[in-house]
Amino acid sequence: MNYMDEFRDRDVVLGYAAQIRKLSEQRPEPMAFMEVCGTHTMSIYQYGIRSLLPEGVRLISGPGCPVCVTPNRYIDRAIAISRLSDTIITTFGDMLRVPGSSSSLMEERARGADVRIVYSPLDAVAIARKNPCKRVVFLGVGFETTAPAIAASILAATGDGLANYLVLAAHKTIPLPMELLSSDPELKIDGYICPAHVSAIIGANAFRGLAEQRGVPCVVTGFEPADVMQGVEMLVRQVVEGKSRVENQYSRVVTWEGNCKAQSVLAQVFSVCDAEWRGIGVIPGSGLEIAADYAAYDAEKVLPVSVEETREHQGCRCGDILRGKVSPFDCPLFDRACTPESPVGACMVSSEGTCAAAYKYGR
Amino acid sequence: MCLAIPMRVLSIDGDTIVAEIDGVKREASLMIIGEEIGVGDYVVVHAGFVISRMDEKEALITLELMKEMKPESATASA
Ligand code: SF4
Repeated sequence: MNYMDEFRDRDVVLGYAAQIRKLSEQRPEPMAFMEVCGTHTMSIYQYGIRSLLPEGVRLISGPGCPVCVTPNRYIDRAIAISRLSDTIITTFGDMLRVPGSSSSLMEERARGADVRIVYSPLDAVAIARKNPCKRVVFLGVGFETTAPAIAASILAATGDGLANYLVLAAHKTIPLPMELLSSDPELKIDGYICPAHVSAIIGANAFRGLAEQRGVPCVVTGFEPADVMQGVEMLVRQVVEGKSRVENQYSRVVTWEGNCKAQSVLAQVFSVCDAEWRGIGVIPGSGLEIAADYAAYDAEKVLPVSVEETREHQGCRCGDILRGKVSPFDCPLFDRACTPESPVGACMVSSEGTCAAAYKYGR
Repeated sequence: MCLAIPMRVLSIDGDTIVAEIDGVKREASLMIIGEEIGVGDYVVVHAGFVISRMDEKEALITLELMKEMKPESATASA
């Protein structure tokens, strides 16, 4: 057993497909469920989940790719910092090719900037330790799954007395945009496939308000195809039965309370702020900034740079894609001017981006 | 970027573990997990950190439920 293959059983997946079809026949109106996690988006395309569902059950991709929802302004600031002398930018790989207003970190690296891909933020701390005469800036993007790791890296740097490790933070939290999108009359979301590993940190209880007060069924769901199918079946069942509650399909990893240690590390290092989401705009209280006690690690405060005026990418519909309004196939640039090799927008860059997933796995 | 996968713990050294999946070994930090982690446990690793311990009992319960969806069990119970 490796806890992946067992959840890819084709017969189970097809069994759920039949069950979902049968259940959905009890309700004549169509239903739509949104996933807000890039790994779900990938999984849904990779395993052709949509083709297994009846016409009346639609899946919509939401703002689940942290790289994609990061606005151009952040990329532009990272680029401006990469041009400073004695500065090493460290980042997860996906950020490299995201186009900013007029450049990308990859282009800057080709021009001589020191930009390094790391697997863990602790690797960035190690680089800072090895390069005491340079400043090392880590690009802190990501949701609640990733933010505690970045917080821990700041604590590790504090423990080592490192003064040359900085974080440019643009972390975001997912429940608030879910609330916002759930009240969009144009989207009419009947339920959420709640994120798996974000929930491992924040706990399934975090969605109670959404389900119990706002009446939007929520199912915390794993990433393997049988998980996704079971999650959709649980959502369809709630809708058909007229219920709205939080269910936890992914109980092998996610608890109701979440990871308390990670939550406390988060609360220690970060404080809540307003955050700008590409395509959605500013959502009050949906971001995490470095708390005042750790201001010495905050690249935005420590390194004032002038950032170029933000320009959006002509014709790119990433914004609408992230709000679930259109699918990549509705974008005239998709697979024409915009491909993973030469992406026009962020949604085509990250492997979790909806456009990249649609490009790789097709309909 | 958010990818996080279940890995089996091979060894533990203070706040750091070595875990393995399909022959690939990775180090991961225990800094943001409060639960006790033991050798042989399955854990979910993300960006170099253990974020959750896989509950094998819960995994088996889910698998049992899923088995009922298989066509052969449908005919068996029919
Ligand atoms: S296909 Fe490319 S241009 Fe179109 S929305 Fe996606 S990322 Fe933007």
